[in-house]
Amino acid sequence: MSRKIVIGFDDSESARSALDFATNLAKSDGSELVIAHVLEWSPYSFLTPEELEERHKRRKEELNRAETALIGPIAEKLRADGVNVSTVLRYGHIAETLCAIVEEAGASQIVIGRTGHSSLSSRLFGSVAGSLAQASPVAVTIVP
Amino acid sequence: MKKTTQASVLAPLAMVAAASPALAQSIDERVNEIFASSTGWFVNLIFSPFPGTSFPWIVAWLVVAATVFTVYFGLIQFRAFPHSIALVRGDYSDPNDAGEVSHFQALATALSGTVGLGNIAGVAVAVGIGGPGATFWMILAGLMGMASKFTECTLGVKYRNEYEDGTVSGGPMYYLTKGFDERGIPAGRILAVLFSIFCILGALGGGNMFQANQAHAQITNVVGEYPGWITGLVFAGIVFAVIVGGLKSIARVTEKVVPFMGILYVVTALIIILMNADKIGWAFGQIFEGAFTGLGVAGGFVGALIQGFKRAAFSNEAGVGSAAIAHSAVRTKEPITEGFVSLLEPFIDTVVICTMTALVIIITGQLVSDPNTGMYLLNEGGTAIQTVDGNSGVALTSAAFSSAFGWFQYVLAIAVILFAFSTMISWSYYGLKAWTFLFGEGQTKEIIFKVIFCIFVVIGAAANLGPVIDFSDAAIFAMAVVNIIGLYFLMPIVKAELNSYLSRLKSGEIRKYT
Repeated sequence: MSRKIVIGFDDSESARSALDFATNLAKSDGSELVIAHVLEWSPYSFLTPEELEERHKRRKEELNRAETALIGPIAEKLRADGVNVSTVLRYGHIAETLCAIVEEAGASQIVIGRTGHSSLSSRLFGSVAGSLAQASPVAVTIVP
Repeated sequence: MKKTTQASVLAPLAMVAAASPALAQSIDERVNEIFASSTGWFVNLIFSPFPGTSFPWIVAWLVVAATVFTVYFGLIQFRAFPHSIALVRGDYSDPNDAGEVSHFQALATALSGTVGLGNIAGVAVAVGIGGPGATFWMILAGLMGMASKFTECTLGVKYRNEYEDGTVSGGPMYYLTKGFDERGIPAGRILAVLFSIFCILGALGGGNMFQANQAHAQITNVVGEYPGWITGLVFAGIVFAVIVGGLKSIARVTEKVVPFMGILYVVTALIIILMNADKIGWAFGQIFEGAFTGLGVAGGFVGALIQGFKRAAFSNEAGVGSAAIAHSAVRTKEPITEGFVSLLEPFIDTVVICTMTALVIIITGQLVSDPNTGMYLLNEGGTAIQTVDGNSGVALTSAAFSSAFGWFQYVLAIAVILFAFSTMISWSYYGLKAWTFLFGEGQTKEIIFKVIFCIFVVIGAAANLGPVIDFSDAAIFAMAVVNIIGLYFLMPIVKAELNSYLSRLKSGEIRKYT
C-alpha cells in the first residue's frame, strides 16, 4: 500500500530541510513524494493595462522557470535516488492551494518548511505554515 | 520621420523648462492662438448643437446608440446583471487558468481608467448648471451606457490579436478591421485608422493634459499658488518612470490605492447622506421634480437633461471605445463574458459614484434656492445656480464634503491626484495601442510615443490651454463617432455570441466551477 506525501517546496532554506525530511520519510516506508510548488496569485490583485497584456506570456515564463530551474532538477535527482516522485505546479493562495493538492492526490500527510520566502509579510499576515496547520485536511509536519 | 518627431518633441520641453513666467505667458498665448485657429472648426463640428437648440448632436449620438443597444439586446444590462457579478467573483473561472488575467482584474484596470475627475468635478458641473434634475438624466444615461460597453467590450475580446509570445492587443482598431473584413463590409481599415488618430489625440488631451491640469488646480487649492510646470515635471517624471522605465511598483501602488480611495469616497458620501437621513426623501424629490420641470435652472428641464447626459458620457466613456482596449486582455474562451463584466463599469462609475457626488452636493445644501418659491436662484450671469460660497466644479464637491468633514478636502486632493495619475497611465496605454496600430510595433516607435506623452503632462499642468483641452475632449468624442458606426455594423455578431452563450448556459454546458 503506497502512501503519498505532499511537500510544499519553494527553494527557501527551510523548504530544503523539509524536503530532506520528507525524502527520508518516503525512503523509509516507500511512500510517493509529491513535490508541490505554488506561485502566489490572487485573481483580485490589481494590474496595470500593460501587465494585463503581458500576463499570459509572463505566466508561461514563470511556469517554465519554476519547472526547469526549481522542481525539475530536484525531481530528477530524487528519482535517480530511487524515490517515487511526482510534481505539481500551481497558481493561487499558497495554503489553500496546497490543501487542494493534498485532496486531489489523496495524500496522507503534508510536509512544509516553517518559513518560506517573504518572511516579513508572513510575520504581519500569518505564515503559510500557520494557516496550513489550521486548514489542512491531513497531518501537517512543519520542519524548522 | 524619427528625426522630425524628436525635434518637435524636444522643442516644447525646452521651452517649458527654460521659460520665465513672462515668456511662458507669451508661449501660452501663442499656443492658444495657433490651436484655436487651426482646431476650432473641429471642436465646433463635434460639439455643435442641433439647429435651433442648445443640444449638442454628439450627446444625442451617444444616447441614441446606448438606446439602440439596450433595445437590440433586450435590456441586457438588467437581465445579465446577476450573471456579471458571478463572473467577476470567479464562479465560472476555470481553476486551471489561475495566474491568467481574471475578469475582476480586467474590470478593475478598466475602472481605474474611467473613475476620475469626471466623477468628482464633472458631476459638480452638471448639478451646478443643470440642478438636481441633471442627476436623474445622468443615472439614466449611465444605465443605458451599460449596453454600449457590453457591445464594444465583447467585440474587443473577440477580435483581439493574440501573438506567438502570448501577449494580446485588442480594441476598436482591431474589431473595425477584422470584424468588417469578416462581414465583407468595406472601409473597416479607414475607420480603424481614423479611430487610432482620434485615440492618440484623446490620450494626449483628455487622458493626459486635462488630468495634469486639474490635478495641479486641486493641489494649489490646498497648498496655495505655485507654477504649474513644477507639478508637471513631477508628474511627468513619475509617469516616465512607470511607462518608459518600467517601474511597475509605482503603478501597482496606485492601482491598489485608487480602489481604496474610491471606496473611501463612496463610504464618506454615504455617511454624509445618512447624517442627513431626514433630507433623503426631499433630495430624491428634487431630483425627480427637477428632471422634468428644471426647478428654474438655466435652460429649464432641457438644460438638466443635456448636463446629465453629457457628464455621464464624459465620465463612463461608454461608446468611446477606450474600455474595449483595456478589457481585451482577459483570459476567457467566451468573449461575451467580458461584455457582461464590462457592463458593470458604467454602473459603478456613473450610477453609484456619480450619484453619490450629486446627492452630497444636494443634501448639504450647496445650491441656493428661494425659500418662498422653491426655485433655484441663478448667479449673476444666469449661467449656473448660485452656490453657498460661489464654488463650481471640483471646488463645489470639495465644499459639499468639507461641510460635514473638514478634513475631507485633503483626502479629496489626494484622491484627485491619484485618480488623475491612474487615468494617465491607462490612457498612455490606450494611446500607445493606437500608435502601434498605425506605425507598427517596435521599441523605438513605442519610446517615441511615451516620451511625447510625458512632455504633454508638463504642458498640460503648466499652461491654461483652454482650446487644447476643448480639442482633446472633441477628440475623445470623435472616437465615439467612429466606434459607434462600427458597433452598429458589428452588433449582429455580438447578438449571435449572446444567443449561443445563453442557450449553453441554460442547457448546463457552461457551468460553475465553485
